[in-house]
Amino acid sequence: MVDIKTSGVKPLRTGFTHLIERFGDKRPPNRYQEATYDLQPTVNFHYKPTWETEGERDLYDARRTTIVMNDWYDLKDPRQYYYGAWTMTRAKQQGALDQQIEFVTKRDLLGSLPDQAKAQIVWGIVPLRHYEWGANTVNSQVGAYGFGTAITSPAMMQAMDRLGMAQHLSRIGLFTDGNTGDSLDQAHGHWMNDAEWQGLREQVETLFVTRDWFEAFVAQNLVADSYVYPLFFSHFEAQFTRVYGASLSILTDYLLEWQKEVARWVDAVIKTAAKEGAENQQLLETWVSRWRAAFEEAVSPLAVELLGGDEAEVVLDEINADINKRIAKLGVA
Amino acid sequence: MAEPARQPVFIAFQANGDTIPIVDAIEQDNPHAQIDESPGMVKITAPGKLVVKRETVEEMAGRAFDLQELQVNLISLSGSLDETEDEFTLEWKL
Repeated sequence: MVDIKTSGVKPLRTGFTHLIERFGDKRPPNRYQEATYDLQPTVNFHYKPTWETEGERDLYDARRTTIVMNDWYDLKDPRQYYYGAWTMTRAKQQGALDQQIEFVTKRDLLGSLPDQAKAQIVWGIVPLRHYEWGANTVNSQVGAYGFGTAITSPAMMQAMDRLGMAQHLSRIGLFTDGNTGDSLDQAHGHWMNDAEWQGLREQVETLFVTRDWFEAFVAQNLVADSYVYPLFFSHFEAQFTRVYGASLSILTDYLLEWQKEVARWVDAVIKTAAKEGAENQQLLETWVSRWRAAFEEAVSPLAVELLGGDEAEVVLDEINADINKRIAKLGVA
Repeated sequence: MAEPARQPVFIAFQANGDTIPIVDAIEQDNPHAQIDESPGMVKITAPGKLVVKRETVEEMAGRAFDLQELQVNLISLSGSLDETEDEFTLEWKL
């Protein structure tokens, strides 16, 4: 008789020591954990950052923000993005978006719009490529000066996402000018010179010199985006669609979907930091209210120009109500 | 009168990276379940009823999850199955 038995070979260890210390060795750690936790060096900083103006600092230094965390790896990303998961997700989305673009190209949906409609796109949507580029810079700053891979790694992905958005908005511009690039020059002119855009441009540029990286993170990814995205890609887009049909919304829908996904990460980070202690929470509240005032003032003239005075007021009230709800949930209202 | 002991249901998955979040979700939603890890396989046994919730798996995996994805790594199961978009339930109906 043959007796068949299973014989288990138990691995000596399920994962790296630093992960076993955090999560136990019951089960092997997942890829997100392997690619995130404790990756950033915390000791043996031989080379000092001589460029640092804030006093004695190490290359990676938690003191570059006034937010204090006992463990910076508490700021985890609920999407569990590491390089592989993030690129695969984005590649899939880009594939879908390319099909939308193909659809618009084949029918020349934007090129065949009346000049007035094209002018609205060039004035109201294409200049946002500079806003997105600004968001790229701000998130790069978070990636560069932040502390702990849990926040710096998704911040760099966010930075690259924003470059992608800037390129996407540029493509929308190119649809309106037959690929000559004139629309991009015009939109740059609007961004640099038109009175209505100067408030937003000023705030974007103020963010470049906001030294506290966590403050910049909150101001850009929570506050600024909460005004800009709904105003342009939801309310202005809806108004445009009522007059000229859905050709623009085919191309801008992805931005709203993407923003919804990113909000999960932004909310988780801010909620966790606020829960850490009363001082963090107060600091976050101060930042949120200060930047809200700044960005609301910055987008108001744009809302009035794009939607008309009465409608602009209604829309801004709606946006503010949504922000109130969101920050109440995060505990920073 | 004490409730009669209920027959156990079980579900078994291949032990790999894809099933870690599923098993974690089952563990969280079914505190009465017993999890046995053998080489290459995870078998989860529970008296009476076992539920896999989409929402919990999504939270564990950090992404949208279709419960049909369970089938890819499923080895075997017992119990009468009730599938909806949100829940995958194994149960011996009394």
